[in-house]
Amino acid sequence: MANSDHIVLLDYSVSPFAMRVRLALAAKGVEYLIKEEDLTQSKSSLLLKVNPVHKKIPVLIHNGKPVCESLIIVEYIDEVWKDRCRLLPADPYQRAKAKFWADFIDKMVYPSGYKVWAANGEVQEAGKKEFIDRIKMLEGELKSNPYFGGETLGFLDIAFLPLYYWFHTLETFGKFSIEAECPKLVAWGKRCMEEEFVYTSLPHPHKVYDLVVDYKKKMGI
Amino acid sequence: MAEEVKLFGMWASPFSRRIEVALKMKGIQYEYIEEDLSNKSPSLLNYNPVHKKVPVLLHKGKPVAESLVILEYIDETWKQNPILPADPYEKAMARFWAKFLDEKLWPAAKKVVLSKGEEHKGLIEEIQEHLKTLESELKEKKFFGGESLGFVDIAANIIFWLLVVQETLGLDILTEDKFPGLHEWNHRLLDDAVFKECVSMERLLASFKVRFGALTASK
Repeated sequence: MANSDHIVLLDYSVSPFAMRVRLALAAKGVEYLIKEEDLTQSKSSLLLKVNPVHKKIPVLIHNGKPVCESLIIVEYIDEVWKDRCRLLPADPYQRAKAKFWADFIDKMVYPSGYKVWAANGEVQEAGKKEFIDRIKMLEGELKSNPYFGGETLGFLDIAFLPLYYWFHTLETFGKFSIEAECPKLVAWGKRCMEEEFVYTSLPHPHKVYDLVVDYKKKMGI
Repeated sequence: MAEEVKLFGMWASPFSRRIEVALKMKGIQYEYIEEDLSNKSPSLLNYNPVHKKVPVLLHKGKPVAESLVILEYIDETWKQNPILPADPYEKAMARFWAKFLDEKLWPAAKKVVLSKGEEHKGLIEEIQEHLKTLESELKEKKFFGGESLGFVDIAANIIFWLLVVQETLGLDILTEDKFPGLHEWNHRLLDDAVFKECVSMERLLASFKVRFGALTASK
């Protein structure tokens, strides 16, 4: 399968959703071509063709067939390249827990994070409190393990890691310290950053900040 | 085999009814606990402290929450009558459409119920855009799952709640002429023995008329 696979990722380097897919592909050692979308410009005809419903990145195009929605793409990658580096556990209950928390990140954590980096005043303040309260719940899920996946990085680590890379950006815009509130989570993030497949896939947190500043300016946020 | 399965649910919640469809399709025995959402039981709050919502499936004492997560758990645990396709790409497509239903169609349908006359037009257009997308995904198929009822069909039960809303408020949203495929699909679902048990259309209509029927006066 490896040599005849053609994989293209419609990407945007600082998007935490796209970052999840890059992490999953790197974890599995899958080779792919990146087509960077500029989200500050109008959408490419390729993007509109492969994701007509949502018109969003990331989109994974595997041998011409598109898969959309970051967590769905990560699960797809895990199932196709199932012979190596398992991301979701085998046990159905553990799988359900990982999916539940990944869904929690999307439904509850990201919207709060958005208020922190894109809003100001009362909305931002409310966002900061909400964000901390919610990531604290996630921190509890680590228990005494080095990773959410247990002894090794798994699905939930990949789902959350891009947000860790955004912590510095959120702290700078929000003028608060996430480490002071969630030291275990920050320790987890630093641990993950040491993995080669992680640091080669994601822009450094300081670079994320620069990219977000640029994005905000261009989009008038 | 003492495989204790409990479902904390609410008869009028499409998310809760989805789980009943899956359990019944697979022939799984379970104990059903009806929750009063205005007075949630300590058990529910204990088993779903994060969202405090139904449905929650309890299997051998371990809770699973979020309806689509529960459906996948059921499919992986009880392998008879599979709900999701085996092929990874087809599975990804099924997950995509279920997510679309929950994140696009459902919020728009909810807004219609809670909005007044003038706001209806824009919301109806939005819902019909989503229905158009679903209609073209359904195409010539019997079900979203193909020849048999699957994951997306179960998730699409929210369309029945939309039908209840449109009848209660006297609105034309999902009509036979505009959406012939979805119209046929509705009938096929209501003909299915298991699915029919898990919708309670008359009871929903009666309940909605009481709660929201008065809003038609402002049309």
